[in-house]
Amino acid sequence: MSANKESWGSRVGLILAMAGNAVGLGNFLRFPVQAVQNGGGAFIIPYLICFLVMGIPLLWIEWSMGRFGGKFGHHSTPFIVDTMGKNRLWKYIGVFGIWTNIAVAAYYCYIESWTLSYVFHSVIGTFSGMDQDAVSSFFVEYTSLGISTLGIPYEPIVFYVICLLLNTWILSQGLAAGVERVAKVGMPLLILFGLFLAFKGVTITAGENGAINDSSVGLNFLWTPNFDQLWSPTVWLAAAGQIFFTLSVGMGTVHCYASYVRSKDDIALNAMSAGWMNEFVEVVLGGAILIPISIGYLGIDRVTELVQSGGLGLAFRSLPYLFYQWGDILGAVSGVMWFGLLFFAGITSSLAMGTPWIGFLQDEFNWKRKSAAWSFGLFVFLLGMPTVLFFKYGVFDEYDYWAGTVSLVVFALFESILFAWVFGMDKGWREIISGSDINVPGIYKFIIKFITPLLLLWVFLGSLFTPKGGDWGAAISGTWVLDNSSIINKLKNTDLKEKLASATDPALIEQLQDTLFFVNASRILLLAVWVALALLVYMAYKKRVREGRI
Amino acid sequence: MNTSALIVMLTTIGLVTFLMIYFFMKVINTPPRPEPDSYIDNDDEADRQVPGH
Repeated sequence: MSANKESWGSRVGLILAMAGNAVGLGNFLRFPVQAVQNGGGAFIIPYLICFLVMGIPLLWIEWSMGRFGGKFGHHSTPFIVDTMGKNRLWKYIGVFGIWTNIAVAAYYCYIESWTLSYVFHSVIGTFSGMDQDAVSSFFVEYTSLGISTLGIPYEPIVFYVICLLLNTWILSQGLAAGVERVAKVGMPLLILFGLFLAFKGVTITAGENGAINDSSVGLNFLWTPNFDQLWSPTVWLAAAGQIFFTLSVGMGTVHCYASYVRSKDDIALNAMSAGWMNEFVEVVLGGAILIPISIGYLGIDRVTELVQSGGLGLAFRSLPYLFYQWGDILGAVSGVMWFGLLFFAGITSSLAMGTPWIGFLQDEFNWKRKSAAWSFGLFVFLLGMPTVLFFKYGVFDEYDYWAGTVSLVVFALFESILFAWVFGMDKGWREIISGSDINVPGIYKFIIKFITPLLLLWVFLGSLFTPKGGDWGAAISGTWVLDNSSIINKLKNTDLKEKLASATDPALIEQLQDTLFFVNASRILLLAVWVALALLVYMAYKKRVREGRI
Repeated sequence: MNTSALIVMLTTIGLVTFLMIYFFMKVINTPPRPEPDSYIDNDDEADRQVPGH
């Protein structure tokens, strides 16, 4: 008998938890940067199309798979997918739905701990009176475990442990009393903080408080459509990728949350409500904060340069300084709101990452909720420490790439094929519309069967064989040279090896050699974790056979 | 702001906000199913019990 007797408290709570699972740091840090880099306002067209033909179908697929598995007492993907396909190997594809969460949580909780730490530093006024270089140096010093301004040895590790303890404790309280309660508080606060900062972001006036541009300059930069870019496969690939990551599909968390919904209750409307809530946070709030404020105070050229390394730099190295242009009190309040909203975005996602592992241990090995939650905390701590200690050697980026990027696409591709072609579209469709509180458009039967798997296949192949510089025209006409960002060249460490070959400074050579070592070591570690989880799934399967449950 | 940026921005924000509110209100206004349902907070509400259960 499974020890899993969890339930959701309310429908709104479930939707807020599911929206919280989807809303993450990427809504505020990744989306605006992707939009700026991929055609500005024109990016929104492929983005919304991908949401309609890939995002919504995947949400419905995952919600219905989860609810279907829940009928048989399964709350994690290995045995949810096992009930849907006759081939016994499917459960090993389902291992991705646990592995991804543990590996992503390992580094994600580290960023989450930065936000917690920055809330604290905003409250005590650490950034007050600092110039931009000092704020930037603070971040570099912080992530390289340098001198702490609080005098706490290894301050980032202390905050990381606090963050993990908080996550673990909330998870140990259960679904309704823990995860749902945090979502009910965190999501409204996140939206409230976001609305305040968005208001500040769109009301900047050049010449006031040190601003060099009006908000309109930043908004023009973000929203002016460059329609020529619409024909670029790179832009479409970026849009599909953004939809993918923002909805937290391909992870196994949606399945897990939905597995606690009874078969007579709606999932179609729930999925739409949570999905559009995520879009609101991403497009409306995410688009009105980072870029308009940064451009207002730093100018287009500086921001263009900064976004090359992603949104993290702007969020942690620039915004704390820019907020103080509004005065000491408003600067501190805005810092608390900005890092507070990032913290709520982070924790509602990291809590979701804990639930598949907990559900698996409860279902298969009869663990109690509390023990399973603490085992998650310990697992994440052990796997996450390399990302903290060897951050500068790219361990963090390796986790993000393999667990937080490639694995999602692989799992989503498999699950879309399983759902539409192995389980069968007719049965799958019945699962989606069963108990539905909305009329699901019939066209989605066709989209889920053909368009979504093909799009996912294209995203996967496009990432596997990305042509140099994203020049698909040259690649298709015969000279297909792989870009260093392609999965194949990543696997071969081409970029690092090229840098190593051209380096002459002994210190740089040593740094690159160390990086190469840590990159390979991270991959071996992640692979070992996957194999260990697959072994656990095998043991669970054998146990089920012994107990006559299969 | 230039006109094209303004049109794209307002259309997108309007569309996304409308759909977010529309679906959330639909959730709020849809009457819950009789017990036993998936949610425990309303388990004890007398008017939602099915006779014989």
